[in-house]
Formats: sequence, structure tokens, C-alpha cells
Amino acid sequence: MKVSVAAAKCVAAGQCVLLAPEVFDQRDEDGVVVLLDETPGPELHDAVRESAMVCPAAAIHLAES
Amino acid sequence: MSRVVNQITIVGASAGGLATAEALRRVGYGGAITLVGDEPQLPYDRPPLSKQLLAGQWTPGQLALRPEADIDALRLELRLGVPATGLDTALQVVKLADDTCVPYDALIVATGVRARCVPDADGVAGVHTLRTLPDALGLKERLRPGRHLVIVGAGFVGAEVAATARALGVEVTLLESGPVPLAPAVGEEAGRFLTGLHHEHGVHIHTGAAVTEIVRIGGGVAGVRLADGTVVPADDVLVAIGSVPNTEWLARSGLTVAGGLVCDAYCMAAPGVYGVGDVACWHNPLFGTAMRVEHRTNAAEQGLAVARNLLDPDHRRPFAPVPYFWSDQYDIKVQAYGHLRDHDEALVLDADLKGRQLLVAYRKNDRLVGVLAAGQTPKTLRAWRALIAVRTPWAAALTNTTAA
Ligand SMILES: Cc1cc2nc3c(=O)[nH]c(=O)nc-3n(C[C@H](O)[C@H](O)[C@H](O)COP(=O)(O)OP(=O)(O)OC[C@H]3O[C@@H](n4cnc5c(N)ncnc54)[C@H](O)[C@@H]3O)c2cc1C
Ligand code: SF4
Repeated sequence: MKVSVAAAKCVAAGQCVLLAPEVFDQRDEDGVVVLLDETPGPELHDAVRESAMVCPAAAIHLAES
Repeated sequence: MSRVVNQITIVGASAGGLATAEALRRVGYGGAITLVGDEPQLPYDRPPLSKQLLAGQWTPGQLALRPEADIDALRLELRLGVPATGLDTALQVVKLADDTCVPYDALIVATGVRARCVPDADGVAGVHTLRTLPDALGLKERLRPGRHLVIVGAGFVGAEVAATARALGVEVTLLESGPVPLAPAVGEEAGRFLTGLHHEHGVHIHTGAAVTEIVRIGGGVAGVRLADGTVVPADDVLVAIGSVPNTEWLARSGLTVAGGLVCDAYCMAAPGVYGVGDVACWHNPLFGTAMRVEHRTNAAEQGLAVARNLLDPDHRRPFAPVPYFWSDQYDIKVQAYGHLRDHDEALVLDADLKGRQLLVAYRKNDRLVGVLAAGQTPKTLRAWRALIAVRTPWAAALTNTTAA
């Protein structure tokens, strides 16, 4: 799985960080998403998929391999 | 009590409906899904309507909730552009406006809400509400420098449009029937802070203003008349006085409708029937109360919760989220966690308009139930959210966080 984020769309809701803190973080100054791990391990895939689903800005994209 | 489910019908093809469809596939459901929606477009996102779209920063294409290929991959039977008009829960069929019927083994009600309007405004040119893409495009067209927009109702939609319109050089008057804009949603303290922001940007604000009439000349709007007789002139009027749940199609279904579709803690309205998103009033056990929240993240999270409960009823779980919303006004992002409505106390911990900083904590009985913030770090916000999620007593919450 390859994760990418569209920072320009991110509304800084932080739902992704709550679900997968190993993969996502937020910038201190404006809360915009920071991708920590582009290719998270399989144990994180469910949490990442859930993040992509609930992200209110549709800012998280997954390429499943 | 498991039922055989091979046909799931979702009515309402927006954030909540699509999230449910996506979650059903993700949880492993391989049967048929029919997604019925009265809007002709593929599902699009509403929050940008009052923000980036109205400001001209985004095109309608950027509002798509998912790329078309992702929607194709869900293998949905799409019935777009046709409203549901009735529901027969005994026969398990949804009736559509084109006289066809869609059966279901399980039904998701995700029909959201629509903007409430004033009675005498129908068909008057220049009177707007804002809920849909065509609404936003119609309003955008009219927002030109120097024109005068009167906004009736200073809730979040009204306040966001005021901010966007000012940035476009439009003269804006905001009319609020209560004493403080936004106060019904977030309390007077936060409302006053945000009012200060609008004053700073040259918005004319009238509080205690009861609109009695839309004044028209010919077929077009000329202004609004207030209870004291004054007429506020307008080139355009945006009516932003809240919303009405889209539940008319459920009228003879036997489901309980009372300010939304009434659901239990599992988001179930009746066996095999679930509510998702703005339309659903469900019992949130975290706050021990029924609530219906019109927040974007809730629609997606509730869709996921419903998909799980529907497909695995033996392990179903109550839906007990900490509600979350954000609002963008000028250069400020307001974010809130929790259940702010009906609070007993709103305590301002930080309010610095110049520094663009705000932090308000909300108490109900002896418990911390919410927080609203601007200009705080994500870490601070998450710490508050965590306190709300574990039902932290008010006194403990305050010592905890003022120390942090
Ligand atoms: C201008 C604006 C700005 C917003 N900004 C924010 C924000 O900043 N932050 C935030 O948290 N939330 C915001 N929201 C709220 C957010 O958009 C909603 O919470 C979200 O759209 C709810 O999704 P939903 O799917 O439950 O309902 P809706 O988006 O209302 O979708 C319901 C769908 O069902 C359709 N429908 C209705 N009746 C029928 C029928 N009988 N048959 C078939 N289809 C039907 C509707 O046409 C619609 O397409 C904003 C909303 C608006 C309008
Ligand atoms: S969930 Fe989406 S909007 Fe929220 S911080 Fe993560 S990427 Fe940004």
C-alpha cells in the first residue's frame, strides 16, 4: 500500500492522526496533515484505510498493491 | 437476529450515503448496493460550498468526494437524479419519483437536511439559500465588489458566507434574531469573539433583528424589512436560518420521525433500517443524550459504524463518538470537539482576537462536554478531545489542562 496526502485539501481535522498516529501527524502551526510513512506495514493497513474513509476532506489517497 | 442481507439500499448519495457504501465494501459485503440520490451529480462535498467554491478558489470538479474510478470500484447500482418518495417497511421497498421501486434487505436513510427558507421568498430573484452546488454557483455569480448582500441568520453557514463575501469586496450585513451571532451553537462567549472578527472585517451586524418581510421590486429582491419597520436594502439576500431534515418520504413508513429519523444507540431506526449523517437523531451514550449533528466527519464515521453493526449484528457496538466540526472564517479556523449545545457553562480560557487565539471549555452538570478553539496546536486540541472522550469531571479537566 502506498499512501499520499493532498495537503492543499486537508482541513486539519486530525481524524487521521487519531486513527493512525504511526502514519499521520499534523503541523503545529496550522494542523495540516504530515505523512510520516508512505508505505506503512500491513498491520497498519486497516487503520490507514479507515483514515482515508473518514477524512472529511477526501485528502488521503491509497494505492493498494 | 441475523437476517440474510443481499440487497442493501442507501437513500441519499452524499457524504453519509457514500461513506456507508464504501464501509460496507471495506467490511467485506459482496452483495448488491443500490445508492439512490435526488441530486444528479456524483457525490460531492458541501463544506467547500461556502468556502473555496464561493471564493472562486476551487472549481466544482474539486468537490468530488471520490474519483469516478473509486466509485466504479464499489460496484453500486446508482440511481441518481431521482428522489425517493415513499417507504414500505412491511414489503421492504423504497418508492421512487419515477414510479419504480427498489427493494431492500437492509435500508440506510442518509437523506440529510435542506436549508430552511422564509415563506414568502419562493421564486424571488436574488433570494438564496445555500445547501447544494447549484445554490453555491448561483450565489457566487452575484457576489461582485460593491454589491450588497444581506445575510439572514448568523449561524456557521451565514458567518462563513459573510467572510467569503467580504474577501470578494461585497458589502455585507448580517442579521441575527438573537443577542449574539452564533451563540445558539457555541455560546455567547465564543459568539462574541467571532462577532469581533466580523466587525474587524467591516461586516455590518444587527442583532435582535426580526425579519418580517422580503421586500421586492418586480420579481426581484430589494431588501428585507425588520420588525421595527426599517428596511435594509439588498442586492441579494441569503437566508441561512438553519435546516430541515429530509424525512417527508418516510411519512407513512411507521418509522419515528421527530426532528430527524429517530435511531437507537446502534443507529438503528427499526430492524434492518439505519440512519446516517445529518438526518439521523441517535442516542449517543458518551453524552447520555439523543443528538443529531450536522457535521461532516460525523456522516462518515456514522456510515462506518452502521456498516459494521449491520453486517455483524452479534458484535454490534453503540455509536459513541466525540462530535467534531470546523469552520473557516477569514484567516481563522475554528474547531470544536464534543457536544456544545445545551451546556451549563462556557469558560473562556484564552481569547485574544489580535493573536487569533481562542479556547473555550464547556461544562454540562459536573462534566467537561466540549471545547472550541482557534489558533491552538493540534496537540492541545487532541488532549482536550481525549479528556472529553473519557468523561473527565470538570474540575479535573481544568487543573489538568491549565497545567499543560
Ligand atoms: C455550505 C455548507 C458548509 C458546511 N461546512 C461545514 C464545515 O465547515 N464543517 C462541518 O463539519 N460541516 C459542514 N457542513 C455540514 C456537512 O456538509 C454535512 O454535515 C454533510 O454534508 C452531511 O452529509 P449527509 O450525507 O448526512 O447529508 P447531505 O450532505 O445533506 O446529503 C443528503 C443527500 O440526500 C439527498 N436527498 C434528500 N432527500 C432525498 C430523497 N427523498 N431521495 C433521494 N435523495 C434525497 C440530498 O439531495 C443529498 O444529496 C456544511 C454544510 C453546508 C451546506
Ligand atoms: S483527516 Fe484529512 S483533513 Fe483531517 S488532518 Fe487528516 S488529512 Fe487532514
